[in-house]
Amino acid sequence: MQKITRETLIEKASGLISNGTVTSVLGWKRGEFDYDITPAIFETVEEITKDFVWNDFCGANFSKYLISKTSKSEGKILVFLKPCDTYSFNQLLTEHRFDREKVYAVGIPCEGMADITKIKATVNDGIVKIDADGENLLVTTLYDDDAKVIKTSDVLAERCVNCKSKKHVAFDELLGETGEVIDSDRFDEVAKIEAMTPDERFAFWQNELSKCIRCNACRDVCPACTCEKCVFDNPQSPVENKAPTNEFEEKMFHIIRAFHVAGRCTDCGECSRVCPQNIPLHLLNRKFIKDINELYGDYQAGAEEGSRAPLVDYTLDDIEPSDAVNRRDTDA
Amino acid sequence: MLKITADKFPQMFGAINESMSLYLPVDRSDGKAEFKKWQEGDVWSDALNTERSAKDFFFPQSENLMKFKMEGKSIEVIDIRDENEDFVIFGARGCDVRSFDILDRVFLADPVDSFYKNRREHATVVSVACSRPAETCFCSSFGIDCTNPAGDVTLWREADAIYMEANTEKGDALLEKLSAFSEECDTKAVDAQKEKTAKILSKLPLKDLGTDAFGSGKTKEFFDSPLWSALSESCLGCGTCTFVCPTCQCYDIKEFNTGSEVIRYRCWDSCMYSDFTRMAHGNNRNSQVERFRQRFMHKLVYYPENNDGIFSCVGCGRCLSKCPISMNIVKVMKALGGNENA
Amino acid sequence: MRNVNDTLIPVVGVITDIRIDTPDIKTFRVLTPDGKKPFDHRPGQCAMLSIPGVGEAMFSITSSPTNTEYMEFSIKKCGCVTDWLHAAEVGQQLTVRGPYGKPFPVDDEFAGENLLFIAGGVGLAPLRSVINYCRHYRDRYGKIDIVYGSRSKDDLLDYEEIIEEWTKDTGVDVHLTIDNPQEGWDGHVGFVPNFVKELGFETNKTAIICGPPIMIKFTLDGLVALGFEKTQIYTTLELKMKCGVGKCGRCNVGAKYVCKDGPVFRMDEISELPDEY
Repeated sequence: MQKITRETLIEKASGLISNGTVTSVLGWKRGEFDYDITPAIFETVEEITKDFVWNDFCGANFSKYLISKTSKSEGKILVFLKPCDTYSFNQLLTEHRFDREKVYAVGIPCEGMADITKIKATVNDGIVKIDADGENLLVTTLYDDDAKVIKTSDVLAERCVNCKSKKHVAFDELLGETGEVIDSDRFDEVAKIEAMTPDERFAFWQNELSKCIRCNACRDVCPACTCEKCVFDNPQSPVENKAPTNEFEEKMFHIIRAFHVAGRCTDCGECSRVCPQNIPLHLLNRKFIKDINELYGDYQAGAEEGSRAPLVDYTLDDIEPSDAVNRRDTDA
Repeated sequence: MLKITADKFPQMFGAINESMSLYLPVDRSDGKAEFKKWQEGDVWSDALNTERSAKDFFFPQSENLMKFKMEGKSIEVIDIRDENEDFVIFGARGCDVRSFDILDRVFLADPVDSFYKNRREHATVVSVACSRPAETCFCSSFGIDCTNPAGDVTLWREADAIYMEANTEKGDALLEKLSAFSEECDTKAVDAQKEKTAKILSKLPLKDLGTDAFGSGKTKEFFDSPLWSALSESCLGCGTCTFVCPTCQCYDIKEFNTGSEVIRYRCWDSCMYSDFTRMAHGNNRNSQVERFRQRFMHKLVYYPENNDGIFSCVGCGRCLSKCPISMNIVKVMKALGGNENA
Repeated sequence: MRNVNDTLIPVVGVITDIRIDTPDIKTFRVLTPDGKKPFDHRPGQCAMLSIPGVGEAMFSITSSPTNTEYMEFSIKKCGCVTDWLHAAEVGQQLTVRGPYGKPFPVDDEFAGENLLFIAGGVGLAPLRSVINYCRHYRDRYGKIDIVYGSRSKDDLLDYEEIIEEWTKDTGVDVHLTIDNPQEGWDGHVGFVPNFVKELGFETNKTAIICGPPIMIKFTLDGLVALGFEKTQIYTTLELKMKCGVGKCGRCNVGAKYVCKDGPVFRMDEISELPDEY
């Protein structure tokens, strides 16, 4: 259950709209069920009161929307940022992707978001109601007379199980308390894959990536993928392709994408959240983060606005390319 | 009505697979179901539906159309079509089976698409009735009875047995092959299942989703609606909804130069993509709101106008569970139809 | 399986003649390798031309159906496929499939009518097929007026054919115009829509317009001002196409597919379409 309430957020949003600080609010809009929440722009107190929602399913990271929303809007826009969202926010500012002056950022604490896919795997389909109750979720289905009790910690999204930080690294105002950077186990899964033999590793990724349908949801949601025109969408580019024509295509797309966001990916986990085929795409990006940490020293993209990422910041202490290559050889 | 008990399933699958390739839903390593070519030992999934729709069988994500050999100024066109093998789609749900009808009206309309027809003609469809619909199901809005789905054979599955009835000659031929495992039975078990499912259907949250507001001749009414802008506000412009949709059938034709020949292939395309309508001298849908509108206008107005009022949606609910921002046809229909809070 | 025809599978064509019409338009004559016309068509219909490895695109067939010997395409250089074609030489093979689309109703609604053709720039290409069809069956139609304009004299398509043949026909009046004054040009100067208004046609005609969207829009306004009904005016639409037979979905506007239900539309049909063409 989230510590901060929907009412608190509605009061804040309504207040800032009413006193003219902002002209619109980027928030979560309620859906048909308790879990299908849509990012939306609210412009009036009435809209906010009616449809604004905050619960354990508000996973969407709003940072990327600020690019299009600030370029369209004249007035200031209020955005609610969970701790992990603030890293994307900073990273986009570092890359000069939106106008900071047009944004009023309110940091809000987050207890981790639930993953509806995990819940469905636990209770099967037919979910008509989900209520948060302390450490638990009460799930009502079409098939059970009584609500099923699930521990929220058992159905947290992967990125929340391995939460890297409860600290807000950017905000104009904080609601509730900010936390600390967490010494998470997020690289454990990467280490497991590193420990595989090359054949096992290839088989692992082949199994995962062969599920890809090239819908581009991972790219389109990614706060690090903000090119005006993606190379994969350019008919003049030899890599433009809409469908996987063979298994190599899928690997190429995801691996090239991982390279393109290397050093800029904040590990927000949106790619894996939106994948309709449940491919653990974040693991590719985490591998890059882990490598960068090991080769150039710890670096967290977005932790600090304007920071120079190791891959674009040459220093005399940088690892020699030959050493990096040798490392790969012994590694494999 | 024929009955086959659960202990005979492996033999039954083996018997079908002897003369035709058998495809059935099998659980993947992540627990999600996917149609797979049956192999000894494969277990029929309990999942309500497959992650990807069954349209792949007739309209695969990509397929080669022809090849060209180029030499100097000369071109040779190489027809690479081969007669498809006979195959069985075993365990498709009523929604997906209706989608075949919707696709037929596009691909089998004059001029017939021979690539599609080739697969369609060689397929035998065994549908399975639903007994555990999900909250995201709304097939009844489109007149589909999931307790009695269409197909060459209709099948009802219980824990201990399946019950089958043939609806076509192809269906008869298939059941003939299973005579060694099957026994004649009455409809008691099936009737009981239907009754039980009907009770669940009457409790489905989307059961009252109406289609009356939509259909032929409604272009003017909805095209200029001010609601499109808010509905599409956070649309990412990805192709998830179109790719998981069993009725979305737009495609692109592209080429691949292998160095020795040029392969022309077609692949799924999405009206959600920015280059879908781009020409050398401009684009008639430049914004995401226009592209978003096109998808829903097509399903709810344009397609019915050209196809006897039939909507291009089967209520399978895949877009409801797969859209990254949880925007979908139900929300669109409720907003445009004026019963957002229904 | 391979004896079944599929419209997506093209036949091979050969470019047997290339005529340079204007600085950016060439007319390509296409035959099958054994010297025949690739297929029959009706005026206003289109065909898909492709160079494998470069791309495939839809073009209107410029030659008249009454031409039994060959097929012609007047093509403006403006993209991938057209760039390649403009660099091609006689003898080059390409692939052709078609014919696609609904033709002009030359034997139905047009029969017995006075016809007013209005074209701008490369917009004459699709109309040339209709004009020559109507000239061939001259006695089936009333008076024919042709208003044609382009940027300059050099940009007038089929200039020789217009001067040598069309202007010499009885009952055919050709009105040419260019956008700006030019040495060696003693004809009319000015934009097509204004020229149409100046010519002040009577409304006892069926008008057929083809050209850039902006020219169509203003010409249409002009004709309506002259008292023409929308049911008396025909034009063509052009949208992105891939299949040519109303299946791939790109050229879908409202319940229509431009490749299959068009490209020829009557103005009152277009008014019914949502505004995104």
